[in-house]
Amino acid sequence: MKYIDEFQDPDLARRLLDDIHSTVTRPWALMEVCGGQTHTIIRHGIDQLLPDLVELIHGPGCPVCVTPLEVIDKALEIASRPDVIFCSFGDMLRVPGTGRDLFQVRSEGGDVRVVYSPLDALKIAQQNPRNEVVFFGIGFETTAPPNAMTVYQAKKLGIRNFSLLVSHVRVPPAIEAIMQSPSCRVQAFLAAGHVCSVMGTGEYPELAARHRVPIVVTGFEPLDILEGVRRAVHQLERGEHTVDNAYARAVRPEGNPAALAMLGDVFEVTDRAWRGIGVIPDSGWRLSARYRDFDAEHRFSVTGINTREPAECRSGEVLQGLLKPHECEAFGTTCTPRNPLGATMVSSEGACAAYYLYRRLEITPTRTARTAAPAPTARTAERTATADAPLEASPVA
Amino acid sequence: MPDTTLDITGWTCPAPLRDRPRVVMGHGGGGALSAELVEHLFAPAFGGPVLAQLGDSATVTLGGVRLAFSTDSYVVRPLFFPGGSIGDLAVNGTVNDLAMSGAQAAYLSCGFILEEGVELSVVARVAEALGDAARAAGVEVATGDTKVVEAGHGDGIYINTAGIGIIPQGVDLRPQRVVPGDVVIVSGEIGLHGVAIMSVREGLEFGVDIESDCAPLGDLVRAMLEVTPDLHVLRDPTRGGLAASLNEIAAASGAGVVIQEGRVPVPVPVRNACAILGLDPLYVANEGKLVAFVPREHAEAVLAAMRTHPLGRHAAVIGEAVDAHPGLVVARTGLGGTRVVDLPIGEQLPRIC
Repeated sequence: MKYIDEFQDPDLARRLLDDIHSTVTRPWALMEVCGGQTHTIIRHGIDQLLPDLVELIHGPGCPVCVTPLEVIDKALEIASRPDVIFCSFGDMLRVPGTGRDLFQVRSEGGDVRVVYSPLDALKIAQQNPRNEVVFFGIGFETTAPPNAMTVYQAKKLGIRNFSLLVSHVRVPPAIEAIMQSPSCRVQAFLAAGHVCSVMGTGEYPELAARHRVPIVVTGFEPLDILEGVRRAVHQLERGEHTVDNAYARAVRPEGNPAALAMLGDVFEVTDRAWRGIGVIPDSGWRLSARYRDFDAEHRFSVTGINTREPAECRSGEVLQGLLKPHECEAFGTTCTPRNPLGATMVSSEGACAAYYLYRRLEITPTRTARTAAPAPTARTAERTATADAPLEASPVA
Repeated sequence: MPDTTLDITGWTCPAPLRDRPRVVMGHGGGGALSAELVEHLFAPAFGGPVLAQLGDSATVTLGGVRLAFSTDSYVVRPLFFPGGSIGDLAVNGTVNDLAMSGAQAAYLSCGFILEEGVELSVVARVAEALGDAARAAGVEVATGDTKVVEAGHGDGIYINTAGIGIIPQGVDLRPQRVVPGDVVIVSGEIGLHGVAIMSVREGLEFGVDIESDCAPLGDLVRAMLEVTPDLHVLRDPTRGGLAASLNEIAAASGAGVVIQEGRVPVPVPVRNACAILGLDPLYVANEGKLVAFVPREHAEAVLAAMRTHPLGRHAAVIGEAVDAHPGLVVARTGLGGTRVVDLPIGEQLPRIC
């Protein structure tokens, strides 16, 4: 793999930042849809470098965060069964259901395995014919095609002890829901590049035109984010609202035809609940009737699920961009990555976790201000606390 | 109200593991869960001022001689990996724990826990690797033990080693000696061991030309101490990586730590593998690296000495201890932003997409 350094080049970043600073004249609120973009923004401090007039709002695009509590609880229930081998991507294991997580199920004797591909789960099914092997199929348009292909393979190979616990979601209906919200502040979107590499850009022009909102397809490296912001700000300043592909090295307008064909064969569109947000019409996929036998919810009678979401968790507002993570009363006190109230704090792509991991320094003085003397704003506190740290004066630097 | 004054000295938390009723893998990951297990469960149960130091090795005085004493267990999978084996690790891990106290390891104990059914040829290869590593590190395996567990109750071979060595006079390495202004030096490229292991682990094989950095650090430490015995603290960033070591030092010293992310040596294959898996190289394990907090006036000379040693030729200054944000580690990013570098909770988990 090449080009990582090229897309983190400080000199090129400075040029993009200069362009953004010289272009912006009014306050703008941009939403990056994907949790991977949020992670890059916070990890590299990009939001600190943008003009104060440009606000980045973190969107609902963390697949781990938006998987409904009920589905997590179903996963916990299925994974606890003695004959089941439950396979999942690693970052789902730490997501809390009602009272416990998959790590805990494993510590109680459940056979929970981390896999790196759904095909690995299928292989496990072939190697363990006496067990039921269930793969936790969550995610956006990025993870849906390989999961669809795995079910297709299972059917083709006649593997009967494999099933999928499905909670796949689609991005465009979420954008639609956010724009229809009366409290929506979003004026432009940075669309998730990997989603568009599968789906293409065809779903977006109508959305952009109807809501008069620029949509810039954006990648995940720091320069990708800055270029996305730059193009969005240019559109906003000019009063335009088109779909712009700033991730042309990976995204073609027509998407990935093979992946789309697989999705169309195995899945069908359905209403889907998003954790913290609620049901969004047509926002998910379920296995189509031809593959219903591979649906874990049909295969296992998962009843008696009694979900209990912590009342003080405000991750839904965070996922809709209505609340910054540190503005939540529970942030960093009753809710930390050690003891998360919601998935936005536990997922590595979650906005709350990103703020907690990377921004505690600047947030702490702001929060203390509620009971103590006025503190500097987040950005000011950041600069006084660290940007002037005397590392440059090191005699051996 | 009863007329009593409560003396809370010596109290420990009555519910130390409130969120985890059972052991999970993260309790062995070298992060926050591991630290909690030791500090809230083991340390109160065992007691004792020596254990309370909570260093990589204990410092004890016997017959007027200051000794470093350490133990570690090795449960790595697979048993053989690019650049080493569980046998090399079992020597170098313990030797390096002693070296972080400034001691040269003198004697090791070695306990093998073998799983029923493992091939004797495999045990022999591991034993030979262990013997070779001990000779290379200049340490003698003086005592040992063997146990066998039933098939299915182990991963082939587990090894425990303990080691002992003498701390030279004038050497006092502990985080409490760190003061603002100390220069932070890392001895070389980070993340090699963790990525080498991941590159051959079942389900995650990916083609990288990378080997573990597994190596004994005693000789490098000796070269550094020859420049000045006044090094403040050394740590070898194994589980939890550089981030965990820096956090431990920051927490124990009360100092803040600032690092320049761009100055941390990360080999390109490590950076690429981490990018694919969604991992942060700062949290990836090493087995032949150290991080040193050195008084500013000695930093240049120590760095020069490290760079003349084969295990320190990529040594680099990566940051310093500061007055600001006590107990926290902060990274300045390549683009000019900043972020907190936190203690990992448990193990790093590859992202979903």
